[in-house]
Amino acid sequence: MNDILRAEGLSKKFNGIQAVSNVSFKVDQEEVFGFLGPNGAGKTTTVRMMTGVLEPDSGTAWINGKDIQKKPIKAKEEVGIAPEISNAYVDLTAWQNMMLMGELFGVPKEKRKKRAKQLLELFQLSDRKNTKVKGFSKGMQKRLILSMAMIKDPPILFFDEPTTGLDVQSRRLIKKRIRDLNKKGKAIFLTTHDMEVANDLCDRIAVIHNGKIVAIDTPEKLKEKIKEKRALEICFEERNPPIELENIEKVEKVEKRGDKCRIFTSDPITVLNHCLALADEKELEIVSICTLGPSLEDVFIDLTGGK
Amino acid sequence: MIDLSQLKRSIAVSKKNLRIYYLKGPVLIFGIILPFFFFLAFWLGREMSHIVLGTGLIGMALWFTATSISPVITPWENRTKTLEWLISAPIGHSWILIGDILASATLGIILTIIPLSIALIILKLSIESIIILILGLIASTLCFSTIGVLMAAYPTDTPADVMMLSSIIKFPIIFVSGIFIPINKLPTWGRSISYLSPLTYFVDLLKWTFGGKKELWLTPQQDLVIITAFTIIFFALALYSHKKTLSKRL
Repeated sequence: MNDILRAEGLSKKFNGIQAVSNVSFKVDQEEVFGFLGPNGAGKTTTVRMMTGVLEPDSGTAWINGKDIQKKPIKAKEEVGIAPEISNAYVDLTAWQNMMLMGELFGVPKEKRKKRAKQLLELFQLSDRKNTKVKGFSKGMQKRLILSMAMIKDPPILFFDEPTTGLDVQSRRLIKKRIRDLNKKGKAIFLTTHDMEVANDLCDRIAVIHNGKIVAIDTPEKLKEKIKEKRALEICFEERNPPIELENIEKVEKVEKRGDKCRIFTSDPITVLNHCLALADEKELEIVSICTLGPSLEDVFIDLTGGK
Repeated sequence: MIDLSQLKRSIAVSKKNLRIYYLKGPVLIFGIILPFFFFLAFWLGREMSHIVLGTGLIGMALWFTATSISPVITPWENRTKTLEWLISAPIGHSWILIGDILASATLGIILTIIPLSIALIILKLSIESIIILILGLIASTLCFSTIGVLMAAYPTDTPADVMMLSSIIKFPIIFVSGIFIPINKLPTWGRSISYLSPLTYFVDLLKWTFGGKKELWLTPQQDLVIITAFTIIFFALALYSHKKTLSKRL
């Protein structure tokens, strides 16, 4: 597959502090690429360098074959960007914001009107198109920003925290739209803290920590790397069952999670058999029992040195 | 060659600025109310010729109105978190600044029509050359707007900070540019500063336009060339400063 976005050796220092160090990766056409990292890891700086907002100290990025350093205007025309910390113009209406973006991206008048109408419908904002954005809820503003990013119908879209702080309906709508866009062949560069969104949407994920890429792979392959995070979750009818789960062979750790116990082990099947045998022996009733693989959150914590 | 597609995008920025900023408080106060009262203080109780009065009125109006929007646009974009949108759009930084200058210059010209009408209708001033007057108004409004854009390079997200900075520059300029005090009556140091003010050359050009005596040794055409040269210098400085301070804003 051809890469539509490529970062090569991107580095940036602020006041002597290395914010991003030698970051390189590729995003393929029709791929949803997740970019994860804790706060201050260098995500936003990397995105800003890739989109031509900040000039890197070294390295560059290619957007659909165009070097963002050498041909910034041509490269910027290939992307739609919805930055997290950016707003639409609150003193303009949704329609005026769409028209402004269309003009800035050089979309001809008739085409931009048609696109704006379609996108506002798609993001359920048609009935508020003539309302000033200052009257919009956070979810509506987020949907408008995504619509604005898509006015030119670019082949690649940068979405920064598209679902953060949204209600369930808006979150679902945005996730659905991202999937639809990907189905239509768009590459999506998704920056998020939301592990569920990343797990649901991303074909591949890069994790950045202290300005460096610490892993790039598919979500499932990343989870494979931390098999020891596998667990068994068991719930007994009796609130305090008279058994010492910690003493079962191959159990590494036991944590109480609500009415359940989570037993961490690298061999959940053996532990499962032991639990069933013990419950039978002690005549304990089991309400539920299931095995759990490592979550993307576990992977993220593992890679970024969290606890 | 002018890049027409970038010029169109610059005009889009300009339209946006006019829609959003022309009714903002600082613009109304510093662009209309303040120069009006400043002029009243200058005029009331004094005997002066219609040419001095008309020149002062137009000079002050254009100076204040053209420098009212441009200093606040970037801090306002910064505050409302729209700056990153704009920077990430396919428009060069210089064209964004040109869009800011065009908006400010348009407002300057529109609002200066009022004192110009007063000068022509009420004060009954005659015009030596309509072309020189129009060129002078256009060149000066662009120049003053560019000064405003240069002031906006100060990296803050509080428009009041820039308004304060601009006041420190805007008010003293009024006193050394031949509006209140003729240049030849200024002390030597004052005269040296006046030559560094583009408003001096606009006021000088206006005096000639209304049939008054020029204070400078320059022809009106030379005044225009100097104002244009100032614009180019201020624009280069503004572009450099905005690029330099961008990372502090984001």
